[in-house]
Amino acid sequence: MSAHTSPAIELRGASKTFRTPSGGLHTAVRGLDLTVERGEFVAVVGPTGCGKSTTLTLVSGLEEPTEGEVLVAGEPVDGVGDKVGFVFQQDATFPWRTVLSNVMAGPRFRGVPKAEAKQRARDWLARVGLAAFEDRYPHQLSGGQRKRVALAATFVNDPEILLMDEPFSALDVQTRALMSDELLELWEGTGASVVFVTHDLEESIALADKVVVMTAGPATVKQVFDIDLPRPRKVESVRLEPRFIEIYREIWESLGEEVRITRERGAAHVA
Amino acid sequence: MSPEVLSTPVVDTVKTPDRARTRAQAARRRRLLVNVVRVVLLVAVLGLWEALSRAKVIDPFNFSMPSKIWDQIWTWVTHGTALGSLGEQIWYTLYEALLGWIIGVVAGVLLGIALGRIRLLAEVLGPYIKVLNSIPRIVLAPIFLIWFGLGPSSKVASAVVLVFFPVFFNAFQGAREVDRNLVANARILGASDRRVTLQVVIPSATSWIFTSLHVSFGFALIGAIVGEYIGATKGIGLLVSQSQNTFNAAGVYAAMVILAVVALVAEGLLTFAERRIFRWKPTGSDS
Repeated sequence: MSAHTSPAIELRGASKTFRTPSGGLHTAVRGLDLTVERGEFVAVVGPTGCGKSTTLTLVSGLEEPTEGEVLVAGEPVDGVGDKVGFVFQQDATFPWRTVLSNVMAGPRFRGVPKAEAKQRARDWLARVGLAAFEDRYPHQLSGGQRKRVALAATFVNDPEILLMDEPFSALDVQTRALMSDELLELWEGTGASVVFVTHDLEESIALADKVVVMTAGPATVKQVFDIDLPRPRKVESVRLEPRFIEIYREIWESLGEEVRITRERGAAHVA
Repeated sequence: MSPEVLSTPVVDTVKTPDRARTRAQAARRRRLLVNVVRVVLLVAVLGLWEALSRAKVIDPFNFSMPSKIWDQIWTWVTHGTALGSLGEQIWYTLYEALLGWIIGVVAGVLLGIALGRIRLLAEVLGPYIKVLNSIPRIVLAPIFLIWFGLGPSSKVASAVVLVFFPVFFNAFQGAREVDRNLVANARILGASDRRVTLQVVIPSATSWIFTSLHVSFGFALIGAIVGEYIGATKGIGLLVSQSQNTFNAAGVYAAMVILAVVALVAEGLLTFAERRIFRWKPTGSDS
């Protein structure tokens, strides 16, 4: 009943404390309140090492919050659900599987019959432009191609919620812009809600409907900015628009302060 | 000046196939050189041994000589050994080593992965495994002889204990060192714990396990041979011990040569299997 009206993701006062190897306690996230509406693209920016990624692992169900609540589609998260897709910062393709088999993995894990899984995988490989590479192994692909495999492997599961943890940070600048455009195209067809973590402010403004600025760790939400740039956007051209630059300046004023705090703590080398 | 500068690239492109050919020739010549030197080295060592032994610089009775060893192998091949045909002895040893190897590998892999995945099990059994590992396992061979008798089972048992530990530790380590991203990714994609073990942990542990397989087949042979040496009715180890008891140095060496050949063939088969299984790996690592 409430499932259709409730927001896609809701964090209510969520905190996460880890035990460090030396025995101390490290609070990555403290009292985090965040709401992501259905079909919304939210970018989360913050200084490096502030706990942005932890937020994603809480939403995904890979980790449980120490305190507070995490709701997905109005229901509390209990373990890894089937609504969520996650694109990791590092390469997470299975090196011993071919490209096709990698993309088939999700549906197969979820019990989809082999023939159907193969068809869906081929469909998504075609959409990311890798149809001709289905028999290759990941080590035979470039970094950008491997990221495309990861995108296809995530999208093939039809996630309602898409979590992305600095997915393009390992790519070179040109490939990055290209992949951002491709991501927008793929996403616009699905209606999924996206949480996109990045430390690149330009990337976040170009992609998102809403930019969330996090404080220096432990992370909480500092400020939320609505991005009123029209869609469809092209990453390379949108960042030259005057409105983009205006927004950039406005957000940087807020973000820059947190970056400075982080740097002063000497935590900058954690990056 | 300028015409020369302009013409240089043209000349260059014409010359390229030539240069490639020279380079290929140089590589071939180098390979040939390596092989020739290898053969010369072998002949020199064997020749020196033969010559010193014939000249009685070293005692031919104790040190034997290549020609005698070859004669011994030839006699075994054509007339059989005192224990029966040579093939039978080889087969006996190989059978014991292989059986022990398979049992040891299966047990090592299963237990290694189980302990790598199930923390409680690792914490409970960890110290015991360390203690067992610290025992020099070759001293168990006489005990196995008492337990299982002169037949193959006592040799299989000593091969198993030698093989188990290296395989176990590598499988354990392999299961522990699985990329956490891959596991997280598999779980997000919808894999159950069982699927994670079967389709993520085991495949990524295979390269660890394979490293130990190479070493451990050698251990299996050692286990079988030592077992036979202590007491057996057939096998190459018995051949060694009988030759020793009859002061037949050539026989000991001949058995060693046969063992080396057997071990090399087994190693070759393993490498072949590894290449087939690891097609997904970058080619740089297989040399």
